[in-house]
Order: sequence, then C-alpha cells, then structure tokens
Amino acid sequence: MFAAKFEYYKVNSVAEALQTLRAHNGAKLMAGGHSLIPLLKLRLARPAALVDISGILDLQGISVDDTTVHIGPLTTHQTIAASEAVARVCPLMAEVAGEIGDPQVRNRGTIGGNVSHADPASDWPTALTALNAQFVIQGTGALHRRVTRTVAAADFFTGALSTSLGEHEILTEIQVPVMNTAQHSAYAKMAHPATFFSVVSAAVVISMSGNRCTQASVVLGGLAPKPVRAASVEEALIGQDLTADNIAAAAAQVSNDLAGEVMGDIYASAEYRRAVAPVEVKHAIYHAAGLAHS
Amino acid sequence: MNIQVKVNGKSYQADVEPRMLLVHFLRDVAGLTGTKIGCDTSQCGSCVVLMDGVTVKSCTCLAVHANGSSITTIEGLAQDGKLHAVQEAFWNKHGLQCGYCTAGMILTVTELLQRNPKPTAEQVRQGLKGNICRCTGYQNIVRAALAAAEALGG
Repeated sequence: MFAAKFEYYKVNSVAEALQTLRAHNGAKLMAGGHSLIPLLKLRLARPAALVDISGILDLQGISVDDTTVHIGPLTTHQTIAASEAVARVCPLMAEVAGEIGDPQVRNRGTIGGNVSHADPASDWPTALTALNAQFVIQGTGALHRRVTRTVAAADFFTGALSTSLGEHEILTEIQVPVMNTAQHSAYAKMAHPATFFSVVSAAVVISMSGNRCTQASVVLGGLAPKPVRAASVEEALIGQDLTADNIAAAAAQVSNDLAGEVMGDIYASAEYRRAVAPVEVKHAIYHAAGLAHS
Repeated sequence: MNIQVKVNGKSYQADVEPRMLLVHFLRDVAGLTGTKIGCDTSQCGSCVVLMDGVTVKSCTCLAVHANGSSITTIEGLAQDGKLHAVQEAFWNKHGLQCGYCTAGMILTVTELLQRNPKPTAEQVRQGLKGNICRCTGYQNIVRAALAAAEALGG
C-alpha cells in the first residue's frame, strides 16, 4: 500500500519543528511512525506535509531525579522496557513498555508518538493516567514567542485519537512521579491476539500500609474513547485489607464507573467489555498487592 | 529526496519519493527480493530487516527514515558462502515450510540471540510475537532458534 503524496521535512530542533508546523497548514509530526505510517498507507490520514522529528536529540532519553522520571517523547518503548532506572523507580512503566505490540514495534515506536496518537486501545494512555503523569507541551504564542504549558494526563487525553495538543504544538516531555516504597503497581490486559492491542486493560497503583490499602489509583483502557478512572473501585479499596474477598468486592464496583460510553467494535462488543472489566481490574489489584493470581 | 543507505555492506544512493517504504526500496531499488511483503500492516513480520542492528518492520518504515543507516537483509547474513548459524539451524530443524516468513523469522531470531544468547523456549516464543508463520505451527521454528543459540555458544 502506498501513502498519498506528502512533502517531507526533517527537522533537528523543537524550534525548527514549530516553525515548520506553522509554515505548512495541516502538517503532521512523525517520530517512529508506528501509529502514523499505517494510517498514511490506509489513507485514513492524508497530511500535505510530514515533519520528521525523529532526529531531535533533546527529545530523547530518560532521566530520573528525586521526585520525577523525565522521559523524552522520542524514547522508544524498548528503551523504556530495558531501562534499569525505570524498573527501579517506576516499575509499572517498565511492565507496560515490555508488553506493547511486538519487539519490532517496541524498537521503533515512541512513547510520545503513542500518546499523541491516543488510540483508545493502546497501553500508555491508561498507564500514564493511573500514574498521574504530566505532559509538557511547547507551542508558539504572540510575537512568535515560545510558550510552554503542562497538562495532567486526565486532561491530555480528550477522546478517541484526540488530545489537548494544538495543531501547532509539540510534546516535549512526559513527567511521571517516582513511586515510593509503599506503592505497588500492576497492569493487566486482555489483548487481542492478532493486533496485541488491548480489548480491556487496567492499570493499578496502590499504597499499602501492612496489608491495608491507604491510596489507590485504578484506570481502565481499551473500552472507552479515553482512559476511565475507576473512582468507585478506588473508594472501595481505600482503608480495606487487601484480601481476596475485599479485592473482588472492590473490582465489582467498576460497573459504576462505566456509565459513560463503552465501545463495541469488530474485536469485542460493549457488553463483553463491560463483563471483562471487573476481571482485569481484579487481576491488576491482585498482582499489585502481591497475591497469587486467581 | 536523495538518500544513501548501506545494505549488506554495499552503499545505495537513490532519489526517492518521501512516501516510499523501506521494503520497496530494498526490493525495487536495491533489487533484494529476499525481504517479503506479507500483511503490509506491520502485523506479520515477513518484512523484518535489521536497521543499525535492531529489527524493524520495513513495511512500516519510510525509505527516508533509513537515510544514512546500515541495513542487513536475509541476503546479507551468510558470509563467504557459509550460512549464518541461525540459517543453518532453520535448515537442520526444518524451521520452514513455504518459506515466506523465513527471512523475517531468521532476522528476528538473530537479534533475539544478540540480546539474549541463551533464551528459554518461552522467551523465543515471546521474541517471535511479531512474526507470523501460517505453515509450521512454530514448533520447529522454536527448535531452530534454540539450536542456533546452542551453536552460537549461548
């Protein structure tokens, strides 16, 4: 399959990327191309121009300080999966990165490209929402001044294939809070066997004091246009001992959090996704709490 | 756009449309048809090649992305007329039937063994997640990967 024709610009800095975006209406940024190239080939996207940002060195790599993991948006899933620093301070990210797609997708696909594309069935939006990540975005303001803003994950993802990124903006960093020793996490997904995209997934971060849950962040993906925070499950967990019965009871509350749109498509009906949701939530909490799988 | 790509040690220079895929560059410009196009949607892995030492699906990579890089295709694995250990193992273990997926399988196993010289059968299966075979049912492919690991001293 061949993409429709486009103009191609390779840029080497954020400033150059912003300038090129402004100069070409409807231009799209491309990093690893693993979301965009399939769309181009199917001609579901036909941008007049592509701005290849894969060579911007400032947007690559991982650094960790006392409170935050700073991830360049051009960092590949493989680099995150293989990072000892990430595994140490944010094991949920390492777990999620290692399960994305297949080795070749992880070698080329980038975290920034993934979240900017915002496919409801992909893993990062769910995990980064559960981790309360922040997205740093640069754009151009009055008098062509560079403007930087920071958006919380809950506000970054606005719908299926939609984010709060403006047409002339670029994601420049993802900031994820370092997890402390009381925090435990897990990601559970029912992946479609052909595409490896999630049909239903659940990301869980819990704080424990002994066996008691003191804080909980539970987010579902794959089943709605954007990540869904399972506030009812979180509420049911907090203050409880993490026993099998309590976890099952809390997970069952997820139906209260799915009052909004649940998607049905060729992979699974909405009814099926609603039925699977409590199972994946339960699995994720079980793993996070260090209990045996059941 | 004018690009220069080293393929199996030989430099190719060409003026290509930005929309040209790497797999078409390899097959139609470089004339190396060992790399196959299967699903053309980055699922099946028959187009896998090594780009600067890591596997990529060349149907989901633009030729311009490969500008300045070094590519290894299945034609580049054998050295001085002697098959690579992974090729040898696929032959000995009958790790193929129709052969369409084989180039991608072999390059994926090559990278897998570089990252993990002594994989378990389960790790081989995980590593081959992005390569689909519709003939053999994978048993002999996994056997071939494990035999190659042993032959390479893993």
